[in-house]
Amino acid sequence: MINNLKILYHQGKQYIPDVTTVDVPGIFRGRPIISKTVVDENKLINVCPTGAIGANPVSIDLGKCTFCGECTFAFPEKISFTKDYKISANSRTDLIIKEGEESQILLNPEQIRTEIYNFFSGSLKLRQVSAGGDNSCEWELNAAGNVNFDMGRFGIEFVASPRHADGIVITGPISENMAEPLQICYDAVPDPKIIILAGTDAISGGIFDGSQALNREFLKKYHIDLYVSGNPVHPLTFINGVLSLIRTKK
Amino acid sequence: MNYIEVNNNQRISVFSIPVLEYDIFADVIANFLTKDIKYHCVNYFGFPEKGNVKLICCIADDSKHSINVLSSIVNSNDKLQSITTKHFALHIFEREIHENFGIDFIGHPWQKPVRYPFNRADKNNIIANYPFYKIESEELHEVGVGPIHAGVIEPGHFRFICNGEQILHLEIQLGYQHRGIEQLFLEKKNLLQRTTLAENIAGDTVVGHTVAFAQAWESLCDFKPSEALQFERVLALEHERIAIHTGDLSAICTDIAYQLGSSVFGRLRTPIINYFQQWCGNRLAKSLIRAGKTNFPFSEQLAEKWFEVINAYKPDFKEMSSEIFDMPSVLARLEKTGTVSTETATSIGTVGMTARASNLNRDIRFSHPAGFYQKLNYQPILGKTGDVHARAKLRMGEINASIELITKMLDKFPKHDIKENVMESPLADSFVVSLVEGWRGEICHCAITDENGELKMYKIKDPSLHNWLALALSVRNNEISDFPICNKSFNLSYCGNDL
Repeated sequence: MINNLKILYHQGKQYIPDVTTVDVPGIFRGRPIISKTVVDENKLINVCPTGAIGANPVSIDLGKCTFCGECTFAFPEKISFTKDYKISANSRTDLIIKEGEESQILLNPEQIRTEIYNFFSGSLKLRQVSAGGDNSCEWELNAAGNVNFDMGRFGIEFVASPRHADGIVITGPISENMAEPLQICYDAVPDPKIIILAGTDAISGGIFDGSQALNREFLKKYHIDLYVSGNPVHPLTFINGVLSLIRTKK
Repeated sequence: MNYIEVNNNQRISVFSIPVLEYDIFADVIANFLTKDIKYHCVNYFGFPEKGNVKLICCIADDSKHSINVLSSIVNSNDKLQSITTKHFALHIFEREIHENFGIDFIGHPWQKPVRYPFNRADKNNIIANYPFYKIESEELHEVGVGPIHAGVIEPGHFRFICNGEQILHLEIQLGYQHRGIEQLFLEKKNLLQRTTLAENIAGDTVVGHTVAFAQAWESLCDFKPSEALQFERVLALEHERIAIHTGDLSAICTDIAYQLGSSVFGRLRTPIINYFQQWCGNRLAKSLIRAGKTNFPFSEQLAEKWFEVINAYKPDFKEMSSEIFDMPSVLARLEKTGTVSTETATSIGTVGMTARASNLNRDIRFSHPAGFYQKLNYQPILGKTGDVHARAKLRMGEINASIELITKMLDKFPKHDIKENVMESPLADSFVVSLVEGWRGEICHCAITDENGELKMYKIKDPSLHNWLALALSVRNNEISDFPICNKSFNLSYCGNDL
């Protein structure tokens, strides 16, 4: 017992006091900025392993981007990544960052369903479904609940049963073999419910796009409430994304 | 000769691999594996060639530090004598070949699907109809868990047959994570795409799998990585080991409801994985390892930073780990739970941490060191009891060993030259085996190129492929409530198995 108290004392305070403003250490690649510099666009487009870079105007789709940074090494004068980890959107097209755009990505309040604020602003229980996820996003979602990031302080938690959940968080490109379990899980969540896609693989298929082992039909059937970019999603990206979804009042 | 002897990452001509009649092929493999414990099968697979199926088997010789490679050409309608009947560890490879090509192995005890790949031989077999083992009895009941589990983890189905609270039998059915990754290695033609695929084989072993890929690719291109590149890979592998082992100790504490241990180890992992972010911008080291180059050269500042992180980590880790291995209520849950005997571990062919906790010395860093490991002379740590306690304690030991190893390496480390060799494209008709000791254990990638130097076959083996059966056997005669902690003590990969 004494030893346990000693450990507690030595640990001190570990939580991040303000997860909405904290700075991430190191060289995190978050929201990119594309300059107006003229470069060989074809060459630039071909650098990207997932086809996230578009032309006319030059753009990066954060739903496809793997954040590998190869484009900045090839064209440092054209593309740079900021440390801004708030890279979630509730409209798929808002994840496409165009040349010259330097503003933060904000959720579009018009597209947030009214019931989300009414029911979930103080408490949101989520059921996570890994559908071909590589265990990196799953890791980071777990980390979002650890003593450092402590997502639980906002009433956001992962629960075991879909019956206890207010929505699902999908990771992975959705394999054919997980298509049915995913549907069953979603059906078991009581209304009103939300769908969050976490990570590049879930949003666009990522590097797995085009694989014959996937079945992404599920996504065509329902409205997606939040897209959280990342490869994997950073815990701060996830927490901030969900907070803006549930706390934005129309 | 019935086989060709190669070293880890040694490129050979695909034509130099002896092609044997299947019966001789099977005999040679069985002879190796039953002769001496120093032999084990690191990979055995088939791939389509000119309307037939070519089988390639790679048997590692741990004392000679080499790998014996042999092959055979068979037809998918063939009925072949199973080698599993002579050496059980091959069961999973024969199951996979059966599932992919429809080849029947006579005498195989358990020819069940491995992962339901999209290009399987029998499309009528679907994942919802997996043929579970059944025992008819009024005394017994079944418990089904998954594919979606209670926590935020990957999917897989566990079917228990229980006598009251006691587990008689557990069958683990996987395949939910299948993304067709081996096929994508052939379809995606550019190197960065393939490297990205390697990073996504198992997101908790990014460094392990990407190093295996990078080394295989460089060998195919006849490219020798600079000493600085080799050094960085070993540093990253060992750092990844520290990170995941710390997280696993947290998870083990969670499952025995020891909140303090769970929180402390959980938060201790944060600065370790944040170090990767400081190095390469990604907490799981995605983007760090590249074939033939690096975008993030190691520097004196990074070395200083590493010592800063580890010096803060060490006292807290020591305090917490001595506490858990000294606390009667923790030990009572860990000791004699989920035991895998040395005999079982050997017969089913476990590798890596799982094997070492059961006193079976399988460690590629020791038996088949590549690159910078050749300079380090690493001595594996072995457990004795093979229970959850041994696996937990081994993690603690390996964390300390990795810290020591990196400390030693940073004493004087190689720097990048301004002008380094440039990597060309892969050479034609080549074959290579790349072995890496990831934190879970032995990762094996095999690659073959065609007459134009294009990838013709890419085969990935995660250590989990061997070790899932160890989990299934370890829980027999345990209380079903101890299953979660047994599972965590192995922490196997679903996507690494399903590919």
